[in-house]
Amino acid sequence: MSTDEIENVEAFRQRARAWIHENLRPVGPVALSLRRERSDEQELVAVARDREVQRMLFDAGLAGICIPPEYGGQGLTPDHQQALNDELAGYEFAMRLQVPTFTPCLAVLLEFGTEDQRRRHIPAILKGEEIWMQLLSEPSGGSDVAGALTSAVRDGDEWILNGSKVWTTGAWWSDWGLCLARTNWDVPKHRGLTVFLLPIHEPGVEVRRIEMLNGNKEFCQEFLSDVRVPDTDRVGDIDEGWTVGTGWMFHERMLYNSPLVTVPTGTTRGSASSSSALDVARDAGRLADPTVRDLIGEARMLDVVGEELQRRIGDGIATQTMSGETSAIGRVFVGVVAARRMTIQFEIAGAAGAAWSDDDGELTHCGTDFLMRQTSCIGGGTIEMARNVISERVLGMPRERTLDRDVAFRDVPRASSR
Amino acid sequence: MQDLSADQQFFRGTTSKFLDEQMPTGELRRRRDTQAGFDEKYWHRGADLGWTSLLVGEHLGGGTVSGDGLVDLSLVAYEFGRHAAPGPLVPDNIVAATLAAAGTDAHAGLIGDLLSGGSIASWALSEPPPHDRLDDVTLDIGVDGGDVALNGVKRPVESARQADHLLVTGRTGTGLTQVLVPTDAAGVSVEPMRTVDLTRRFDRVIFDDVRLPARTVIGEVGGAGGQVERQLQMALVLVNAECVGAMQTGFDMTLEWMFDRYSFGRPLASYQELKHRLADMKTWLEASHAISDAAAAAVGSGSPDGAELVSAAKAFIGEYGTQLLQDCVQLHGGIGVTFDHDLHLFLRRHTVNRALYGTPAEHRQRIADLVEQQKGVVA
Ligand SMILES: Cc1cc2nc3c(=O)[nH]c(=O)nc-3n(C[C@H](O)[C@H](O)[C@H](O)COP(=O)(O)OP(=O)(O)OC[C@H]3O[C@@H](n4cnc5c(N)ncnc54)[C@H](O)[C@@H]3O)c2cc1C
Repeated sequence: MSTDEIENVEAFRQRARAWIHENLRPVGPVALSLRRERSDEQELVAVARDREVQRMLFDAGLAGICIPPEYGGQGLTPDHQQALNDELAGYEFAMRLQVPTFTPCLAVLLEFGTEDQRRRHIPAILKGEEIWMQLLSEPSGGSDVAGALTSAVRDGDEWILNGSKVWTTGAWWSDWGLCLARTNWDVPKHRGLTVFLLPIHEPGVEVRRIEMLNGNKEFCQEFLSDVRVPDTDRVGDIDEGWTVGTGWMFHERMLYNSPLVTVPTGTTRGSASSSSALDVARDAGRLADPTVRDLIGEARMLDVVGEELQRRIGDGIATQTMSGETSAIGRVFVGVVAARRMTIQFEIAGAAGAAWSDDDGELTHCGTDFLMRQTSCIGGGTIEMARNVISERVLGMPRERTLDRDVAFRDVPRASSR
Repeated sequence: MQDLSADQQFFRGTTSKFLDEQMPTGELRRRRDTQAGFDEKYWHRGADLGWTSLLVGEHLGGGTVSGDGLVDLSLVAYEFGRHAAPGPLVPDNIVAATLAAAGTDAHAGLIGDLLSGGSIASWALSEPPPHDRLDDVTLDIGVDGGDVALNGVKRPVESARQADHLLVTGRTGTGLTQVLVPTDAAGVSVEPMRTVDLTRRFDRVIFDDVRLPARTVIGEVGGAGGQVERQLQMALVLVNAECVGAMQTGFDMTLEWMFDRYSFGRPLASYQELKHRLADMKTWLEASHAISDAAAAAVGSGSPDGAELVSAAKAFIGEYGTQLLQDCVQLHGGIGVTFDHDLHLFLRRHTVNRALYGTPAEHRQRIADLVEQQKGVVA
């Protein structure tokens, strides 16, 4: 498409603004949090509303801004997406559909899927009909992604999957998963993997919910018993799943930085984070305490810097002055800073972090959030793995020695199951 | 900066090359005990390269490379940090900018001299403890008929002994006033101070009933608050850029060292503990670049979020940059704390800048004030 056919950003912005004001509900700060805030019924209502909002965006020509029109998108640019994000500030949005549905899952379909797979799923995702999950981690270990034990065995035009995936946030209300499975045990680990599209509520898939230490039950484990998947639902070549996997990890590290994701500007910065340090201080009656003000300033500083860092990395990758692996820098920053923020709030809350009453306002969540502090350094790949990427692939330092490199996966040492 | 124009890249490259040639680290060491840390010829040639003219409009003989002089000057400041270069880059430019913005026609000659490097000026802002906190200005500027009278002490003042003029920020009643004081005026005395920076010099300046005609006041008597805030933000942009330059050099040296140094038959670079340290340092470095650039652009263009960004930058770079450079020392082991190794030159530059124009803690407090204002919360 030549540039003069593309709607200009300002016109797009006006159109988006008018539509948003007309159709969406204004909301307070939205926390992208794992707090246990809703009952199952309320969660399902919220998921349904997310789907509805996504459908409304689609009908208004505001879904899939950077996705080609042949797959139901708008074929516009990241600048248009940014304009939409700006205009959405202060309004409801389809929170649960962004990550991992738009990235990494839709991004992987777009990059590696067959034409048929793209046409089947991308428009459905844009209409809010399909919510996707990543079925990557396994009970035997998540960091060593290529060490997947879930197996897929060919049976004519179908594959039969067996094994277990775990730590899948929200799988109980989702529709599809991108699943990494082992198709060859006689070659080194990276060469025997294949990626499949998996309907989550298919016979043979059992979804079991796991309670997190704060009481949240969004985490799930899936048990796959003779699940049949047609070969047409295979993504990429047989045994070449690691090629897909590498792109997959890249899109995962992009997270909310991805131009495929629609989030109101400020969702990760001001509204949900540093201003909550201020809210906690207010409800604790400590706004005048200089040590507390120092902490409020620190929280805000980290958010502001984080936003500029993401912008720098995003621009660097887009203009190819930085490699895609640079996204690991953003990963480390976001993880460490989110954990620090929880500590800051816990610190400001004082004894109300230990014991609180329902009428304590913002103080009521500081203790539990602090317990959950490390999730930001684990989910989406741990910060240790991101540090490996930075040191080895951004700075060129030697790779860690492994004991599974040239060994058939069958013979690789594995933990004895306890 | 990531998206520099070809002109900006060339401009920065010229200063980088000049400093490579003129101020190699051996030369910096040789200047350790010299009075100024730099000589006239060096400053003149720097002025020819554009170091002094970027914050002054074309009608006064200045001009920018990109249309945003502060962003352009931050590129020079970055190179100053990268080379730990001598010279009063920050205060000299701040005075030139202020004279251009708030001076009168009578200042055109002096501005010309500053731009050519023929004369040097410095900004006298901070005061002795306990008044060395940001915003705490007590030097008294009284109005007496057609004169003003200055009484008080300023410290540290960069390159005061090399300067012909000082822009002195003082207080008249409850408001701020700025006066351009010739350093040879009666009642001004300048005493050298000691510092950890090898190449920059700082002095204590005493104003003992210094009487000057009222026309030496720059801007409004008692009404200079906005101007001082603007000066402060510009100075912060420049010291931040210097700090990022110093961090970049320290980091580059350390990364190289990781490959050169062996222990137990392996390069240091092969140990995961050290790789992860470098990964964190790289993260803080990139974050510092990002926030420094963003603050320069915001203050340069007069955007309303300039105040917050520049304080976030000072707080972050001050805190994490110190951590980064001290980690560089740690990873060098014993050699990292020797005078012969170059690393300390950059640690020194950063350490001094961390404490100038407000510490990280003071800037965190400023940010808290801004957050509160934005939220409109009542305490
Ligand atoms: C909130 C949240 C949401 C998640 N959502 C999903 C999801 O939707 N889908 C999904 O598939 N997974 C998901 N995960 C799982 C997540 O990706 C894994 O937890 C993560 O990759 C770590 O794997 P693990 O838990 O098995 O830890 P392990 O791999 O067992 O690691 C344990 C510890 O050892 C460290 N370690 C391991 N190997 C190395 C090494 N080579 N060098 C240095 N340190 C190392 C790790 O960093 C970690 O600290 C989620 C996790 C969280 C917390």
